[in-house]
Amino acid sequence: MGLDIAQKKRRIALGCEGSANKLGIGVILHEGETSTVLSNVRHTFVSPPGTGFLPKDTAQHHRAFFVRVAKQALADAGIRIADIDCICYTRGPGMGGPLASVAVAARTLALLWGKELVGVNHCVGHIEMGRTITGADHPVVLYVSGGNTQVIAYAEQRYRIFGETLDIAVGNCLDRFARALNISNDPAPGYNIEVLARKGGRVLLDLPYAVKGMDCSFSGILTRAEELAAQMKVDGGKGPDGEPFTGADLCFSLQETVFAMLVEITERAMAHVGSNQVLIVGGVGCNERLQEMMGLMAADRGGSVYATDERFCIDNGIMIAHAGLLAYETGFRTPIEDSTCTQRFRTDEVLVKWRK
Amino acid sequence: MAAADDAQFPPPKVLTYPASTPPTLITQGAEGRLYKTTHLTRDRPCALKYRPPKPYRHPVLDARLTKARLSSEAKVLERCWREGVPVPAVYAMDPAAGWMMMEWIEGIPVRVGINEWLGKRPEEGAEIPQVEDETPIVELMKRIGAAIGALHKTGVVHGDLTTSNMMLRPRGVDPVSGGTGNEGKTRSVEGDVVLIDFGLATQSMSDEDRAVDLYVLERAFASTHPRAERLFGTLLESYKSTFKKASSVLIKLEDVRMRGRKRSMLG
Repeated sequence: MGLDIAQKKRRIALGCEGSANKLGIGVILHEGETSTVLSNVRHTFVSPPGTGFLPKDTAQHHRAFFVRVAKQALADAGIRIADIDCICYTRGPGMGGPLASVAVAARTLALLWGKELVGVNHCVGHIEMGRTITGADHPVVLYVSGGNTQVIAYAEQRYRIFGETLDIAVGNCLDRFARALNISNDPAPGYNIEVLARKGGRVLLDLPYAVKGMDCSFSGILTRAEELAAQMKVDGGKGPDGEPFTGADLCFSLQETVFAMLVEITERAMAHVGSNQVLIVGGVGCNERLQEMMGLMAADRGGSVYATDERFCIDNGIMIAHAGLLAYETGFRTPIEDSTCTQRFRTDEVLVKWRK
Repeated sequence: MAAADDAQFPPPKVLTYPASTPPTLITQGAEGRLYKTTHLTRDRPCALKYRPPKPYRHPVLDARLTKARLSSEAKVLERCWREGVPVPAVYAMDPAAGWMMMEWIEGIPVRVGINEWLGKRPEEGAEIPQVEDETPIVELMKRIGAAIGALHKTGVVHGDLTTSNMMLRPRGVDPVSGGTGNEGKTRSVEGDVVLIDFGLATQSMSDEDRAVDLYVLERAFASTHPRAERLFGTLLESYKSTFKKASSVLIKLEDVRMRGRKRSMLG
């Protein structure tokens, strides 16, 4: 019995995430094969309607809130500092300023408490958290957020990118479109577009559709959507039926078009690798219309879709703790002198030693 | 098996008329399905490509995409066929209903032919093969290069060149036995190369697009036939001798190889 407990080693990691406008700190417990979320605290920097979050202001926000969020995460977890095995932080990819703020804070905690550091790839964090929460075993992963749009599948110790955006991320397209309509950034522009889109749908406005094999492009769609928004403000615009359209119709059309593109490239990747499981991660992944469309596609192929809710889809500290702890258990460490962060860090650069 | 497939995937309406030959489902890809049936007379086999409606897509968008993609595929095929590029002829189509009937290409995919040929050879390292032994596959590589050269000359890029998207049509097939009487060791790599599946094809004259076309094939070739990778140079040589503007495309190919898919993520 005593031996059993010794083999079933308990490990606890604290993860710090701040690659974009969310500051997240979480604590995870690994006991053998099971993972338990002990705490998951997040504070979001929200910019006024019509504007986006700038790196400088976002970095300032993360610096200002780090101690508060960290204390809350520790209190929620109900653990002592001595229980923590390692401190995990986001090495990249993301915005330079915010990444650096959180890296400095994580380094400080490691030195202060005498813990080891683990630098984590943000995208791998999303994938591992999604797999653990949903139980998807070997899925094709669609990773969609404000900064990333990738179709990924695992093969031989790497998460390989099969398709990706050729210009801006899908979330960036939605966020910037929200500014054109002065849609609130609270709690998130994408969420407000989703809610508004439910009121639209009388007409589908004609937007460009840009898929190239397993890659796609969103900048042309954004330009066209912004033009239509400007037109609507001037004279109400004119839909395909000759009647004026509304902001809700625009939101609806934009969602239908960009999500159809995402589902199409995901389907192509599934056919290519011969998988019928699909996992959606990243902030845009909590969109219920996207989940519904993906579900229809997967059902057509005799498979199923796995998605998580906003706690794990939107950037959070727990996913960094989780992916970091998986690497830590294989012996991976980030020495203080190498604990840098980087805006460019591709998903396929990480050696995934913890999977077969 | 065909019956079970039919139950799962209802065929398009055009295949349900009593006059049409019962269809066989050949493949089910991400894009659509390929059936074998007949056109006009029962002894004229044809391939029917069907793009079924996608339930996840808004019906207006779905209709728009299906129509545009089928029309552009037919246009590209027609252009190639007219210019003498080895592609299947288009017999009939209904873009709104999502189907197109094409000439049926007999034979096996180039991928299967090459793998059969490689399988017949002694294990690597066992014995250095003599030059004579290589001739049939070298000749095949030349024919592939010439077909792609002819394709690019007409101003079309395929968009998804792989050895699965090329057929080896036997020469002078005996319609009764289906054999050529030449059942020797080299048979698997003999025949005329016919390019198929133009679902991602576009009309383009740019060196960049042509180079990417070659790069996609090079990557696919290396991962599908690693033991024959060194023969790819022969293919490019033959491409160069068929297509006058090939040299600038091959220079561009160097750039494309360097770039690879290592796009760094920003923003």
